[in-house]
Amino acid sequence: MSAVTYTPVPGAVGVGARKDDLDASTASGPASGPALGAAPPPRRNLHRFANPGRFLRLSGAVLPWLATGGVLITGFALAWGLFFAPADYQQGDAVRIMYVHVPAAWLASGGYAGLALASAISLVWRHPLADLAAQEIGPVGAAFTALCLASGSLWGKPMWGAWWVWDARLTSVLVLFFLYVGHIALIRAFDDQERGYRSAAILALIGVVNLPIIKFSVDWWNTLHQPASITLTGSPTIHASMLWPLLFSAIGYTLLFAAIVTERLRAAVMERRIRVLQLARADAERVAA
Amino acid sequence: MTHLPFIAAAYALGVLIPLVFGIGAWQRAAAARRKLAAIDPRQAREGRP
Repeated sequence: MSAVTYTPVPGAVGVGARKDDLDASTASGPASGPALGAAPPPRRNLHRFANPGRFLRLSGAVLPWLATGGVLITGFALAWGLFFAPADYQQGDAVRIMYVHVPAAWLASGGYAGLALASAISLVWRHPLADLAAQEIGPVGAAFTALCLASGSLWGKPMWGAWWVWDARLTSVLVLFFLYVGHIALIRAFDDQERGYRSAAILALIGVVNLPIIKFSVDWWNTLHQPASITLTGSPTIHASMLWPLLFSAIGYTLLFAAIVTERLRAAVMERRIRVLQLARADAERVAA
Repeated sequence: MTHLPFIAAAYALGVLIPLVFGIGAWQRAAAARRKLAAIDPRQAREGRP
């Protein structure tokens, strides 16, 4: 754990707070020294964007656009996929499940990559905002992984005749879901929250090995699941009339994912500030008594 | 439309899951903002979108 401060004077930061939590006390209350009273000079690196106060201001400006764009684009893409995109010559209308299933699958993996990145930042720089980001991405990523598994199951039953098969792709995505759940549980498993963050970050980084397994499972093993129709290197093997609604759906769901994580992260930052202020107030009352 | 129940169920999940998480996040942030405003109104202004 880094830079824990405990200063039982009014206006100071309470137990468990770290350097960045100073925002919570400096924005209000009397300053108890030059480090607390003066705003630090802006640093010309990426850390300045990870300042919780600056994050709240920036995210407050971006969030309405993310949420509105996500709702509108997702609604438009789902209506396009459901009513206007053509049915598949083999699968019939069941192919329309793709417009929910594929974006959910991409976001399940992408969300985990984001969680692992936040965990790496947390382990290297010990930044509390990275801890909170990993904590808030976890449940949303788990929900999108569950959506991917459930919609895949709903697609598999009419096409394969089974709700579930122990296929390499399905199994590796199930492992991803368990990694998310393990991460959520591990953060909450310790009385000392910092130990929970550290342990969960290590689990998140170990779990990254599952991402290429998910991606290449359909190439490495004989699977019932079809191989990728869209790749970064080759041209897509899916017709444009299905590709466009799929891409719009992916963009819409990505914006929704980002909006939900951002709003959760904003709530987590404010909740942490509340804890810090309550501790500072309790300290002040104890000293006054 | 073939396989309608499967398609309807998948789309229902595709709408409901983000909706539930979105409303949950919004309510949680609103509650935190209210609580912060009760403690320190200046900081709560930062949390307003």
